[in-house]
Amino acid sequence: MDFLSNNIYYIGAFGLVFIGLFIILVKHNLIKVIIGISILETGVNLFLIAVGYISKGTAPIFSRPGLNAKNMVDPVPQALVLTAIVIGVAVLALALSLAIRLYKHYGTLDLRKIKEQRW
Amino acid sequence: MRKIIGIILLIIICWGIILSLYKIPFGIPKTKVGEYYIDKGREETGAANIVTSVVLNYRGFDTLGEVTVLFLAAIGLVAVLATLKKKEKRKIEPSSLILRTGCRFLFPLILLFGAYIFIHGHLTPGGGFQGGAIIASAFILVYLGCRGRRISKTWSSITESLGGLIFVIIGLVGLAVGGHYFLSNFLPKGELNTLFSAGIIPIIYIAIGFKVGSELAGVIDNLMEES
Repeated sequence: MDFLSNNIYYIGAFGLVFIGLFIILVKHNLIKVIIGISILETGVNLFLIAVGYISKGTAPIFSRPGLNAKNMVDPVPQALVLTAIVIGVAVLALALSLAIRLYKHYGTLDLRKIKEQRW
Repeated sequence: MRKIIGIILLIIICWGIILSLYKIPFGIPKTKVGEYYIDKGREETGAANIVTSVVLNYRGFDTLGEVTVLFLAAIGLVAVLATLKKKEKRKIEPSSLILRTGCRFLFPLILLFGAYIFIHGHLTPGGGFQGGAIIASAFILVYLGCRGRRISKTWSSITESLGGLIFVIIGLVGLAVGGHYFLSNFLPKGELNTLFSAGIIPIIYIAIGFKVGSELAGVIDNLMEES
């Protein structure tokens, strides 16, 4: 029980990563695969944020005087995740446009019926 | 069959990740880099929000690359969708009065909120990317609520180019005037926790806000056109 409560953020983050991987590996619908990529990415972002966390820490913003700098969480992972989220949006938009193209060309989004996408 | 292979692969990956990660403790004090940024960030950049000072000052060049990736994705989306042959115009039935009025009422308010988020990026949580996303959500509201209305392609591309240009020009001016590196903070830092502080950070975040907002609105416009 102690293990669970100490590592709940890691467990949650990797739970999301595994759900995303499972969807990518198993599902046949291209839209669902793209949703899986998005979920996987959310899990990775959550993990990076959790690595920078400090117990009972505050956000790294000096919004009022008297905030203790020792108590603030690490700003570097948050800045990296800010980048990662934007790149994620870009990847999502590009993937959806490719899905539209595939649908127009083959008339289906089922990966079993698209010859080049089968595995 | 596919499901079984998937689950077996997943268990192997899961085992590897658990083996490599279970020793990382949770909630311990931060790294040296983060400590340095928190201790020195206020004096060196003048921004109260340390994440903003990392994103735009210490790693400003990185952010320029990030903006470029977003721009390339928008261009790629246009290129992928451009060669499709256009459908004949669908008849659009107008939305109801309540929907139209509500969306007209909310649109400027959402724009204002997005502008607030990116202007106050150096003081509060938020910044150019978040504010830009909020502005793009206002355009989604217009597309869904007031059907048939479109944003002007020329204006959105002009805003987008101007945002990127301001970012690069400020970086080059910093290289020439302020110090020996790209995007150095050459404007006066001002007093901590006031709106006019942190030198070039608010200006760049305003530019990024306009750029991201118009870019995401353009992406939505392209996707709506095809669907």
